[in-house]
Formats: sequence, C-alpha cells, structure tokens
Amino acid sequence: MIMLKIKHFILIATLAKSSLSIAQDGKTILDKVDRNIFSSNRIVESSMTIHGRRASRTVTSKSWTEGSKKSFTEYLSPASEAGTKMLKLEGQLWIYTPSADRTIQISGHMLRQSVMGSDLSYEDMMDHRKLVDIYEVSLEKRDTLRGRDVFVLDLKAKVTDVAYFRQKMWVDVQMYVPLRQEMYAKSGELLKRTDMFDIKRIDNRWYPMLIIFKDMLKDGKGTEFRTISILFDSQIPNHIFTKASLR
Amino acid sequence: MVKFLFKGLIADKGRSLLPIIVVAIGTLLTVFLHSWLSGVLGESVKMSSSFYGGDVKVVTKAYLSESDLFPNDLAITESSNLLEELRVEMPQVVWSERIRFGALADFPDTLGETRGQTPITGWAVDLLSNSTKEIERLNLESAIVTGSLPKNSGEILISHEMAKRFNVSPGEQLTIFGTTMEGGMAFYNMRVCGTILFGSRALDRGAVIIDITDARRAFAMEDASSEILGFLPFSYYNPSAATEIKERFNKKQEALSSSDEFSPTMITLKDQAGMAEMIQYADAIGSIMVTIFVLAMAIVLWNSGLIAGLKRYSEFGIRLAMGEDKLHIYKSLLIEALIVGFVGSAIGTSIGIIVVVYINIHGVDISSMMQNSTMIMPSVVRTSVTPVTYYIGFIPGIASVLIGNALAGVGIFKRETARLFNELEV
Repeated sequence: MIMLKIKHFILIATLAKSSLSIAQDGKTILDKVDRNIFSSNRIVESSMTIHGRRASRTVTSKSWTEGSKKSFTEYLSPASEAGTKMLKLEGQLWIYTPSADRTIQISGHMLRQSVMGSDLSYEDMMDHRKLVDIYEVSLEKRDTLRGRDVFVLDLKAKVTDVAYFRQKMWVDVQMYVPLRQEMYAKSGELLKRTDMFDIKRIDNRWYPMLIIFKDMLKDGKGTEFRTISILFDSQIPNHIFTKASLR
Repeated sequence: MVKFLFKGLIADKGRSLLPIIVVAIGTLLTVFLHSWLSGVLGESVKMSSSFYGGDVKVVTKAYLSESDLFPNDLAITESSNLLEELRVEMPQVVWSERIRFGALADFPDTLGETRGQTPITGWAVDLLSNSTKEIERLNLESAIVTGSLPKNSGEILISHEMAKRFNVSPGEQLTIFGTTMEGGMAFYNMRVCGTILFGSRALDRGAVIIDITDARRAFAMEDASSEILGFLPFSYYNPSAATEIKERFNKKQEALSSSDEFSPTMITLKDQAGMAEMIQYADAIGSIMVTIFVLAMAIVLWNSGLIAGLKRYSEFGIRLAMGEDKLHIYKSLLIEALIVGFVGSAIGTSIGIIVVVYINIHGVDISSMMQNSTMIMPSVVRTSVTPVTYYIGFIPGIASVLIGNALAGVGIFKRETARLFNELEV
C-alpha cells in the first residue's frame, strides 16, 4: 500500500513537472537559453577545425567580447594566421594582418562571406545579441533529439538587421541549451545548421563546448568550433576594444 | 556559242546591265557581311579563348565542377610537372599556367585604413618572364590607358573604370584580400602600375591582372595553378583539332587515375558555358549568309528574268518559229545567266574585297556600343579576310542568277509551235 502511494506520488510529480514544462511559453524558454549562452562579457579560447575537400586544418584563437557590440579576436595558430586580429565595434568589423600590415574594414555583403574557409560567416562571428531581442518565438512541440528531451522552438526575426530570418531550435528540456539550430532565409531555404555537443556546467550555466557548423549551401563535412576555455563576466580592459590594439 | 552570247549581252544592255548590278550588289553584301561576321565572331571567340578557356584547358575534375567560383583550393598541384609533360607530349600547343581568383581590392587612405573597397576578378598570368606570350595574347599593350605594364613583382594592372571610381592612379597601393589555397585569409599589398580598358563591360567592371608569381605568393599556391591553358597554332579556334587533343589527354588520364577528383582533365573552348553556341554560329555564318542571299537574290533575279522573258517573248517566239530547239534556247538562256552571274560576282567581290581589306587594316571602334555588354568582345573589330572571302560571293552570285533564269525560262517549254504564228501576228 505504501509502495503504491509512493508510485502515485512519483507519477503525479513527474506529470506536474512535465505539464509545468509544457506550460512554459517559447519566450520563457528562449530567455533561459539566453541566460546560459549570453553574457555581459566573456573571454574565450577556441579552436576551429575546418574540413576542406583536400585537407582539414585547425585555427586557434582568443576572443574578448563585451555585451553584443564589442568583440576582439586574435588568431594564435597556425603560423600563417597567427597575429591576424579582428575588431568588431557597433556592427563594424576591422581585420588586421601582420603579413600586409594593413587594417581592412569589412562591410556590406562581405560580412556574409566565410571566415577562413569555414562554415561560419563574419556575421555569425559578430552577432552576440540576445535571441529574445531579435526573434519572436513560439513553442512548436516537445520532441527528443540524440536521446534527450527537447523543446522545439520556432524563431522569427523581429528586427531587420539579422542574418537569418527564421530559426528552428531544439532546446534541451533540462539544461536549456540548444542542441541543434537550423537557420533559414526569408525564402524558406535552409542556410545553415549547427549541432551542439559536450554540454558542460560552467559557473551557473550550461554551455556547449563543441559546436558543429554546417553551411547547407556548400559541400563538406562542416566546421567544428571547440571552446577550449571560457571565462564569463570577467573584467576586460577598455583598450582591447580599440583600433590601436589591432596592431 | 559563249562568245556569241557574250557579244549579245554587251550589245543588249537591257538584258545584262540590271542583272549584273543586282548580282554585284548582292555579292558585295555577301562578301562584306560574311567577312564582318566571321571577323567579329572569330575575334570574340579568340578573345574568349585568350581570356577564359584557351583552345583547350586543363583543370582538376573537382575544380571543373565549380569553376565559376574560382575554387583555388581545388587547383592543380605540382603544376610545373604537368606543364612539362604537356609541353613534351603536345609540342604544337603553346601551354600557359594561370591562376584565376575572386577577391576584394582594398584601397587605403593615408593612415593605411580602408577608404574604398570593391570585388575584383583576377587573372594571374606570366607577365614577367622573357618568353611570355600572355601580354600579346591578352592584348595588354593596347589596353593600357594610363601607366605601364608590370615590370616587377608586386605590380598590378587594374581596370580603368575601377581606377576612376576609386580615384586611383599608377603608383598607388592596394591590398588584395582573398582566400589562400588552404582556405586561410590572404592579404597581399600591390602597387598599381597601370590601368587597362578592354572595351568590354564584362572585363572592365572589376578586372585586375597580376603576374602569376605574385598570385602564388598571395594565395599560398606554390607550384599550383588554377588552370593550364593550351593555344593551338591556328588564327581562329579549330574545334576538331582541340577535340582530338582533349580526347588523347583524357584517355591517358582516365587510365592513370579515373576516380581521383583531383586528377587533371582537359576541356575544349567549346565545352565551356555558352561557347558551343557561339562557335557553332561562327562556323555556320558562311552557310547562313550564302543561303540568305541565294534565296533573296534568286527571288529578285527570277522576277527580273520573268520581266526579261516577257521582253524577249517575241525573240523566243521567232527563234522557235525558225526551228530552234526549246532546250537549246533554254541552255543559251542559262549560259547567259552564267555569264551575267560571273561578271556581276566578279565586280561585287572585287569591290567587297577592297572594302573588307580596308576594314581589316583599320578596324572599326565599337567600344561606345559595348558599354553595357556582358559578352567578351574586342573594342575594335576587324573583318576577316580568308581564302573563303574571295569565293564566297560567287556562290550566291552565280547560283541565284542561274536559278532565277532557270525558273523564268521554264515558260519557253510551254510555248506551242502551232500557235506561234498567231502570237507573232504573222
């Protein structure tokens, strides 16, 4: 009898938890995703493995990001890329290369070009805005992905200066981390897909340490973006985000 | 008999003058239009060959499938070995390595920061070696508007339009920002040594030309080439010779490495997008011109033959009444037509040759008409003077007058001898 009561209790608790999850609207879920992914500032050391038709190569870099408008990246290896730096300020992007000793500004349609032959565009690298600020969201359904319970969200851009008009996002029910994103053009064409793996607890967040980007418009095995180390909300000196730090 | 008929034609100008003038004008137009169209199309095909495809082109199979994007990550590696092989195996063909690239040209201000930027389409060719034929092939000397050809490494020719748009003069710097062969960022500083204008919008929009050694440095393509172009020793593109070379090369490569996507493969100019139609049209232009003029002139001369037949109605009647065979009259009519056709064609061809040789020497500047053209066309076009030019006019000239008179003369056989005296009112 006692066992039966316990079973009933577990069943009711599970159902309650489940209905609580369903009751959450898309915005709440996306807000929780932002709390995991977005931070007021961060310092990331990462490696990007690009799989070409002939060979694969790995590029390592260190990035400093403050809010959604300031970002600075320095490439560390391989030797041919070492010393190349990128600075993003208020939607503008500058690249400095020691080989030519020039600072070049990238703008317009060039921002949609691939970064170092990868599946990421400059726009992908530059956009650090909170998802809730740029997308209207609706919860489509509950599903499973790679054995995990997920919310499937449908995101539609509510601002015009966004790289992808629509996104479909599979968000882990327990961790509130996207496990997969599909990015679509306004025409409905699938442009890019990202798959997130190796979710780790860092400070009070869940964070995907490995993201595989796949540009759906080109052949290839995609680009692996691995976070080697990440520091959230640490102090970044202001001089980092100046053009002087490019040289 | 021919002499007799010839004398008759000279004596009776009503029979000969108008047909000869008509034939001469038609022949002149045939010679001129054939020579003009062959020249323009032949030059366009030749220019496309010089800039884009060669008469034959060697690329990797992987590059070929995406060649519009200039995918240099799929370029030919160890290209010097392949080039040497091609030179040994096919010595009659002139082989030339090239690197094609798409990139950004970034123009710096006095502080070295971006003041202007534009997409460019680049040709990296052999400009600096002593034996190079690329300068002549690409007609670079006459395309120079300001400055000079590259004399040293690190110098670049840019389109004159681009130079005007960004207010760039020879001596100033720009940075090429593109992608290396392995996919990394390529930044390469170059000095503008001259500006060029080809007269074709397709080229003048954003063309830049650099030496191939610079491209190899800029895009980390040591001993690699996007393509190896082969130029056959003919004035104009020769499809059958190109196809024969292609088949020979590809057969050998298939035997060596059929499944390797980076193995080289050869294509002809005709295999390239949009070229087959153009080449077919250039080949067919002679037949098209002859057909059009034979038909048009046959109708005109048939009509004048009919008029002449009416005029000579009484003459044929008397000749029949005197016992001359209908076939004999018909044959004499055709011989007269042949004489008229030959004389008219000779006069028309002679005048035509003078005109086309003049245009061949001096050319016609059509650059103002080509401002917005996306087709590769030379800015100065010339007529083509070949052995065909000397006889092409005789075909429609003689055939049309012969057909016209043959049709008009059919009426001779319809005359009834019994009614001749009534008709002649004897």
